[in-house]
Amino acid sequence: MIEIKNVSKWYGGFQVLTDCTTSVAKGDVMVVCGPSGSGKSTLIKTVNGLEPIQKGEILVDNISVGSPKTNLSKLRARIGMVFQNFELFPHLSIRQNLTIAQVKVLGRSEEEATAKGLKYLDRVGLLAQKDKYPGQLSGGQQQRVAIARALSMDPIAMLFDEPTSALDPEMINEVLDVMVGLAQEGMTMMVVTHEMGFAKRVANHIVFMDKGQIVEDCTKDEFFGSPRSERARDFLAKIIH
Amino acid sequence: MGYSFDFSSINPANLKVLGDGMLLSLEITATAVVVGIIWGTLLAMMRLSSIKPLQWFAAGYVNVFRSIPLVMVLLWFFLIVPQFLQKIFNLSPADDLRVASALVAFSLFEAAYYSEIIRAGIQSVPKGQIAAAQALGMSYGQSMRLVILPQAFRNMVPLLLTQGIVLFQDTSLVYVSALAEFFGEAYGIGERDGRIVEMMLFAGAVYFVICFGASLLVRYYQKKVVL
Repeated sequence: MIEIKNVSKWYGGFQVLTDCTTSVAKGDVMVVCGPSGSGKSTLIKTVNGLEPIQKGEILVDNISVGSPKTNLSKLRARIGMVFQNFELFPHLSIRQNLTIAQVKVLGRSEEEATAKGLKYLDRVGLLAQKDKYPGQLSGGQQQRVAIARALSMDPIAMLFDEPTSALDPEMINEVLDVMVGLAQEGMTMMVVTHEMGFAKRVANHIVFMDKGQIVEDCTKDEFFGSPRSERARDFLAKIIH
Repeated sequence: MGYSFDFSSINPANLKVLGDGMLLSLEITATAVVVGIIWGTLLAMMRLSSIKPLQWFAAGYVNVFRSIPLVMVLLWFFLIVPQFLQKIFNLSPADDLRVASALVAFSLFEAAYYSEIIRAGIQSVPKGQIAAAQALGMSYGQSMRLVILPQAFRNMVPLLLTQGIVLFQDTSLVYVSALAEFFGEAYGIGERDGRIVEMMLFAGAVYFVICFGASLLVRYYQKKVVL
């Protein structure tokens, strides 16, 4: 579903990604972890072209993200993305947040978009909030709306960029629960997170990054059982108490 | 031997003339605000775009207009634009194009100021918003129109209105083209009746009431609407 092949990226003279290769199969859940500044957020943003790459190739559903022939907007509409800071549109109500892209990008009718949006809003347990504005919701609620917004587009895969990092501790689980549910339903997911509990529960494989490189790319059991690299062992020792 | 004031020039007949002048002042203000904001938005988007020639054009435009006194711009347009329009549209020299040239001059001039306000407004919207819009499949144009600009304008309304108030005061400079706007009329009446001091005091009071009232409204809006 998502293939990342020999991807390198530079900001000016500074290399942020070095020869990264990995892939996410249909229905797989990949967790990307690593110390901050390791390039994991940059890597996930290359998948839908929010961050351009200078070398290598990325295929999503066999469509090349970087190719000038690709209609990038069209491809992005099929890949859901959830951001660290939610990025709901503050000037629109929750309902409008859920429907705007369905109507303007997918060309759905207002009724169809509303029905679909509210279905997913209900699924994340926030139907009662449909007429509120993002600023009136807690962080955890906003992030759940953001997930519902992405799901309303009927994505073929979902990208999560540190979805719980900006949340107060007591709100992390309500978001993780939604994500676990999605994973169990077979959604293809790529998740950048420090939540190792989540990784243990639902990840199929784990990518560990450091200094812009993929250091480990293995199954969950291998990773938590016996990581090969010293850097991964170090990281795990620090993060798991 | 103090100056003895005589406000008899402020009579119904003259007030009617002044009222018509005020209408023209407001017409120039409204046109320049609307055109200035539209053209200013385009300039701001050019300046923030990744296309270098557009960036240069917008930066050059803004810097030129912000570095020249408004009164000179008005005079140039008053001297050049009518002749130019007469040439291309083959109009007779009798056609009065002073209002048109004043409208064009103000709109172009104010767009430079508006574009800087709007640019700051666009930049005040967090970067993640455009990423989120694009991640949902919106084109650059849709992201701007549906997500970024509505938020930018909501933040900017007080500044745009305040600039409109400044602009209203600046319309008095149109007197260089002998156009019958409020200030020009007041000055004309004062000269004719030998009551220039009184008329200027009166005109100043009118400007003060309108502008101060408008800024109170802006402040009220700021408290009430912008959270």
